[in-house]
Amino acid sequence: MNKLTLFGKTLAELKDICTQLGLPGFAGKQIAQWLYQKEVVSIIEMTNLSFKSRELLDQKYEVGLQPPINVQVSTDGTKKYLFNAKGGNFIETALMPDNDRKTVCVSSQVGCKMGCLFCMTARQGFQSNLTAGEILNQYRSIPEWAEITNLVYMGMGEPFDNIDEVLKSLEILTSDWGYALSPKRITVSTIGIIPGMKTFLEKSNCHLAVSMHTPFEDERKKLMPIEQVYSLEEVIKHISAFDFGLQRRVSFEYIMFKDVNDTPRHVKELTRLLNGLRCRINLIRFHPIPDSPLQGSDDETIINFRDTLNRKGILTTLRASRGQDIYAACGLLSTKELVKKQERDY
Amino acid sequence: MSSLNQVLITENQPIGSQAFLLKFKRTFTFKPGQIIGITTQKDIAPRLYSICSGSDDSTISILYTVKEDGVITPKLSELKISDTIWITEPQGKFTNKGEPAWWIATGTGIAPFYSMMQSGQKPLKLIHGGRTIADLYFHQQFKAFSDYIKCCSQDSGEGIFAGRLTSYLDGFDTLPQNLNYYLCGSAEMVVDVRNLLIKKGVEYHQIITEIYF
Repeated sequence: MNKLTLFGKTLAELKDICTQLGLPGFAGKQIAQWLYQKEVVSIIEMTNLSFKSRELLDQKYEVGLQPPINVQVSTDGTKKYLFNAKGGNFIETALMPDNDRKTVCVSSQVGCKMGCLFCMTARQGFQSNLTAGEILNQYRSIPEWAEITNLVYMGMGEPFDNIDEVLKSLEILTSDWGYALSPKRITVSTIGIIPGMKTFLEKSNCHLAVSMHTPFEDERKKLMPIEQVYSLEEVIKHISAFDFGLQRRVSFEYIMFKDVNDTPRHVKELTRLLNGLRCRINLIRFHPIPDSPLQGSDDETIINFRDTLNRKGILTTLRASRGQDIYAACGLLSTKELVKKQERDY
Repeated sequence: MSSLNQVLITENQPIGSQAFLLKFKRTFTFKPGQIIGITTQKDIAPRLYSICSGSDDSTISILYTVKEDGVITPKLSELKISDTIWITEPQGKFTNKGEPAWWIATGTGIAPFYSMMQSGQKPLKLIHGGRTIADLYFHQQFKAFSDYIKCCSQDSGEGIFAGRLTSYLDGFDTLPQNLNYYLCGSAEMVVDVRNLLIKKGVEYHQIITEIYF
């Protein structure tokens, strides 16, 4: 019989497990501390639980950490880890060191349903949601985990299409009984699934990033099918109505596509759309994926775009490209692994 | 998500190989191609479904398949006439403005196109894909279209293209450039077909997609 996994369970879930097994109520918190604050990989190491309690737990459960099965290292220090996922699939995790900062980029789903034109993950379709444990395993099971300063949910999948498990993982990362990380070190990125975004804003204090890529509805529909359902205008309306306080940040991701979204007309509309909203735009260079009709803007255009937006009062930064030599963009590695195995129904 | 309204089910019948057609009285206007949120309980977040009926029909129809691990559809499939569900206002912009178009669909992705047809719209071509003919919901009704292509990956017979719809499309050396391509279905299908159309010379901005999630 396959054992169930303890890693990734919230304190409430661990207490439930203890109740079901007849363990004392305080054992739930002890297990949480062993899982998330002391570096144990097996139940037998949880030595402040009685031997009998450990035996009972061990009959049904295991810690359940899974090491990566592959790693690629870029010349700039970026590492890309590949993990096994359910059904013979794979997920990717990127580690991006930058001076004294180490950011890990985690996946929230195996594949993705959102079908964005510029995304490699979209090409493998959707396989499954990741559990909170599988999301957190990408953080805890890489060798550098203790040095990680920041987490971003920008890997494979749409986090707000898997909101329950993503929220559980955030609870474990930020709770006193969990990893006790500051929510200000965690950013969750969405393409704008409004119900999930509202839940996230209410139940978490982590930063929000929204993939925008163009301020115009007609253009965005062609790049991102989600615009048909949840328009950017509605997304911004909800964000504007929410009190982010002084510490919490909202940013807009903006991949620069040559002659598509990099013109003065776009600067003007971005300025209008974001007027009065305390936010920033992160410009991202596009590194073409195979057979894509899109090309990346040249550096001069990108820098002009950034500087013009800044002059107009919209805080705009340009994200450094990382790991180009190892295809660090999400989906490239796992899609290559997967594509040959897939059967289609249509 | 807009506020929820309670409605009475007037019909909930199996259709084709594995789908159900759910109906309730229409109390709002909508554009063919739009979606609504449906839930069986007010405290469960609604899921989105394409409206399948015509814009002037007296009832709203929803085509759905039961997802074993789904939150809503297993419960929906058990509902009887006069049971209640909760619905949102219609939303979404996967609407045809009457321009020349090819429609391409698989599975329950046919629903918005059936709504368009029932509302008097027609495409230059409808390409409909599934494993077997039983997966091509409403195929009898679509015979009314002059250019209706049925693609079955595991079925054959008169009037059926025996193969995937991607194989059917791949058989064209070039594809018409002066029209729009409307795609609806699973993410895998939409992405595969979109890539294929682009390879065949269609500009990406001529491709309008609706993805089920």
